[in-house]
Amino acid sequence: MKKTILHPNHVNLGATMVPFGGWDMPLHYGSQLREHLVVREDCGAFDVSHMGIFDLTGPGVDDLLRLLLANDVAKIPQIGQGQYTVMLNERGHCVDDLIAYRLGEAFFSLVVNAGTLEKDLAWIRIHAAAYGVEVNWRKDMAMIALQGPQVAKRLQHCLLGELEDRIVALKPFHILVADGWRVARTGYTGEDGFEIMVDADRAVALWDGLMRAGIAPIGLGARDTLRLEAGLNLYGQDMDEQTNPLESGLGWLVAWEPKTRDFIGRRMLETHHGQATNRQRHGLILRDKGVLRNHQEVFKDGRRMGEITSGGYSPSLQKGIALARLEPGLRVGDTCEVMVRGRGLVAEVVRPPFVAGRKGG
Amino acid sequence: MSEDTEIPTDLRYTPDHEWVRQENGSLTVGITAFAASQLGDVVFVELPAPGTKVTAKQPFGVVESVKSVSDLFAPVSGQVTQINAALVESPETVNDAPYTQGWMIQIQPDDPQAINTLLDAQGYRAQLHHH
Repeated sequence: MKKTILHPNHVNLGATMVPFGGWDMPLHYGSQLREHLVVREDCGAFDVSHMGIFDLTGPGVDDLLRLLLANDVAKIPQIGQGQYTVMLNERGHCVDDLIAYRLGEAFFSLVVNAGTLEKDLAWIRIHAAAYGVEVNWRKDMAMIALQGPQVAKRLQHCLLGELEDRIVALKPFHILVADGWRVARTGYTGEDGFEIMVDADRAVALWDGLMRAGIAPIGLGARDTLRLEAGLNLYGQDMDEQTNPLESGLGWLVAWEPKTRDFIGRRMLETHHGQATNRQRHGLILRDKGVLRNHQEVFKDGRRMGEITSGGYSPSLQKGIALARLEPGLRVGDTCEVMVRGRGLVAEVVRPPFVAGRKGG
Repeated sequence: MSEDTEIPTDLRYTPDHEWVRQENGSLTVGITAFAASQLGDVVFVELPAPGTKVTAKQPFGVVESVKSVSDLFAPVSGQVTQINAALVESPETVNDAPYTQGWMIQIQPDDPQAINTLLDAQGYRAQLHHH
């Protein structure tokens, strides 16, 4: 089992550790509910060093990424801009979702999921050679996310010195690179926040400083309920290599123009584009008390419409909520039935997010 | 960890982490501090209606935490006489006070001697150490 550089810190904080994507990661540090609410009301710190950071350099890197990614990096022409995007296979199905940052001339960095890291690396390298692009997995860098409405006031604890003002001024999905720090205004909670990438030594000092300042450590458990409330997909549950982005609520990520850009998966995706038969991603809120879970089946008037891809309990709403991939025909405001232990419980169809995010991604 | 492993000596236990308290022939049932800690934050408890017949070692209800769903197993056979309705509004009580306010059901056992088949605190503790 792989361990991040902060693993001993989590153990010392009394975290309950669990395996996640091949890594031994903190599930919670006592109470997942409390951690969730801290991020919604104040600010919390996450160790996300298990995620992959790939640096891509070479003159053909723009062309490579315009082939590999469904969104178009030509839409982020300035150094310091980032873009949420999805990488597809030839069938138009999702290899991974990721953020691409333009860090310099002929220089991009991709932040990918932990569970798909090695698959992604192999897939990118297959295509990179032909474009003269070198791919460097930055195992030497750790990543800490700071998330919550009070995050800007907590940056003083981050040892960033005079960079602080420039970081507070960052727009969503923009990144600052200076003195070996990479600080991006993004996250996975629906709140304002930053993802801070830096070498291992400084990451440990940063984490210790945050803990001394009383900023709550947040485990993967709350990370999951926070992203679910924010209506954000989780790779491997809400999207995978059996589904395309159009049926995962990610159609907005696909840059169809210019038509001449023949990105991988485009031709298969075009056969589904705008089709009324496409399955759709919806949000569900349980009217009755209880919790929704992955793979529970959804029915409308006795007809099976599909299943929940991510279900859980919303600490903010104190209700069961879920993302579901369903046959066409359901609209926001409709009700449906979710089969929970043999009984059909009434749920309402909503448009995610379930909790209005304040800022950021 | 001490509160997670609190095992009162005046209660009896099942291998499925339920506790049982005997009072005037009636049995009160809940889940142990260890079980509550393993589940994480409890957010929903589903209990049978009073009057329901329960069977030893068979599920009588469900407890859902933020991370998982688990069956509740009847320690002995009998009839449910009362349920802790307060858990509907405040399921977190199961984490906060598993042996007191976090109780779940009361059972009138078919066999008054059935409680003697259950583990005592020492037996339950020994079983935890086998995990």
